[in-house]
Amino acid sequence: MDLTLKIVIVDESPVRSAIIEEGLREAGYSHVARVAETANLLARVYAVDPDVIIIDLENPSRDVLEQMFQVSRVVKRPIAMFVDQSDAASIQASVDAGVSAYIVGGLAKERVKSILDLCISRFNAFSRLQDELEQVKSALSDRKIIDRAKGMLMKVKNLSEEEAYSLMRSTAMREKKKIVDIAQSIITAAEMLK
Amino acid sequence: MSGARLSIGFIPLVDASALIVAVDKGFTAAEGLNVDLVREVSWSNVRDKLNIGLFDAAHLLAPVAIASTLGLGHVKVPIVAAFGLGLNGNAITVSPALHAAIAAHADGDIGDPMVTARALARVVAERKMRGEEPLTFGVTFPYSTHNYQLRFWMAAGGVDPDQDIRLVVLPPPYMVESLVKQHVDGFCVGAPWNSVAVDLGVGHILHFVSEILQRAAEKVLAVRARWVNDNPDLFARLIRAHGKAAAYIEDVANREEVSAILAAPDRIGCAAEVVRRTLDGRMKISPDGTYRTSERYLLIGRAGAARPDPVHAAWLYAQMVRWGQVLMSAEALAEAKATFRPDLYDSILGPAPLPPDEPADRIGAFTGPMFDPNDIGAHLDGWKIRRR
Repeated sequence: MDLTLKIVIVDESPVRSAIIEEGLREAGYSHVARVAETANLLARVYAVDPDVIIIDLENPSRDVLEQMFQVSRVVKRPIAMFVDQSDAASIQASVDAGVSAYIVGGLAKERVKSILDLCISRFNAFSRLQDELEQVKSALSDRKIIDRAKGMLMKVKNLSEEEAYSLMRSTAMREKKKIVDIAQSIITAAEMLK
Repeated sequence: MSGARLSIGFIPLVDASALIVAVDKGFTAAEGLNVDLVREVSWSNVRDKLNIGLFDAAHLLAPVAIASTLGLGHVKVPIVAAFGLGLNGNAITVSPALHAAIAAHADGDIGDPMVTARALARVVAERKMRGEEPLTFGVTFPYSTHNYQLRFWMAAGGVDPDQDIRLVVLPPPYMVESLVKQHVDGFCVGAPWNSVAVDLGVGHILHFVSEILQRAAEKVLAVRARWVNDNPDLFARLIRAHGKAAAYIEDVANREEVSAILAAPDRIGCAAEVVRRTLDGRMKISPDGTYRTSERYLLIGRAGAARPDPVHAAWLYAQMVRWGQVLMSAEALAEAKATFRPDLYDSILGPAPLPPDEPADRIGAFTGPMFDPNDIGAHLDGWKIRRR
């Protein structure tokens, strides 16, 4: 592992790029810079003169970087690691994670492999975090829907909170549906009958 | 839905119409193809995913197809283009300030690209004299027809695109914002972005690219040469579906429906009315509501546009040479031309003769001699401004 390599992370998500930077630093890489803005991307990348550029594949600025490789006659020309067809598993992993690396100036691929592997696992960890966040958010909104329907049942059918909830739960079991779906149909029906 | 599964990438632009309509209107399904359309954010992604086989086919910039075949700036992956998704379709849009400056320096009708190119040269010279920053123009990719159309136009007026101005690559969705923030003074891009700038009152469409070149290959349906070899039957079915879709789009009776299909959020994701303007070739060119009409604005399934023309590949290759992206070689020229496969088009869809009123050299540039694909050297020697 070559810890003196200069690495630039081009990512529109500041949280994700912070996670990656942290990972690289933990692994011992000390020359890590982050670029989030599209404006002056080229100037900023040039200023760092990196050996490795990490970019997320959802970033339209990939095309801007490609121009740099076109016009740079002075600067060493970066090669997209992503397109090296010799390592299919690594390509698949990098595409699935949504990250790509450019290697500048003919560095041996092996020297960069550990960097890319690290980025892939951090990208994956980031999407897992996002998924969990989504789940929490949707659980919260499910909770609200169920509470609202419960309140309606209590009022209309003059039930206690517990009775209202168990009525919804038994209906959901009987109809093989989720309790939140039953709650939603109660709300919809109530709104239609208003 | 059953059938053979294909994954096809596209960038949300109106010249992806034939592909989108082929899938969403069921022409591919009728051919027994089950297509996943994958919307992408960059040409680099589209190219790479096509090259490594994650996409079976892609909506691709015609010059990128050629660059891939030649291995320019990238790994060499031979590409086959047997169906043209569009000729023309781009426009040059400038900021209100640059538009006013060009109008003030024009010695004739600013609808004439030679007049505007000369006016631009005067604006550029004045800025230089006053010690101001050079003008900046945006294009979508180094290997793009936009890049070559913009360069061809300004060089005709005496502006050297590498010395006198700055050319930068910008992803199409960032073009308008960059114009607003004055990071660029103008750009050459496809639909809907020119109209978006005009509708927001931040840009004037100066020229349709069809005023600069009457016929220029813009996007192709690209597949790997090896994939065609391995899957000749799937390939034929895919091309047939595209033939039907292109004809469907060009039937004016279907415009309303087609515009709605294309405008959907997971397709191009813009106002249907803007798509319609592009397909009709009737564009609002100025925030004051002035319209300009051209039957050639974007050619999809008419005027022989879908049949790939090796002359167009040769013209694009000549521009790569002119602007120093590649050295001239007879072998590379032959490879570039062989990327475009009218023979495959004819064998699958039947011959499509060119209408008689199309330009004799099949390019129709607004200035300079006729283009001769067999003598690119002489063609390039005719231009004063070029890289050597």
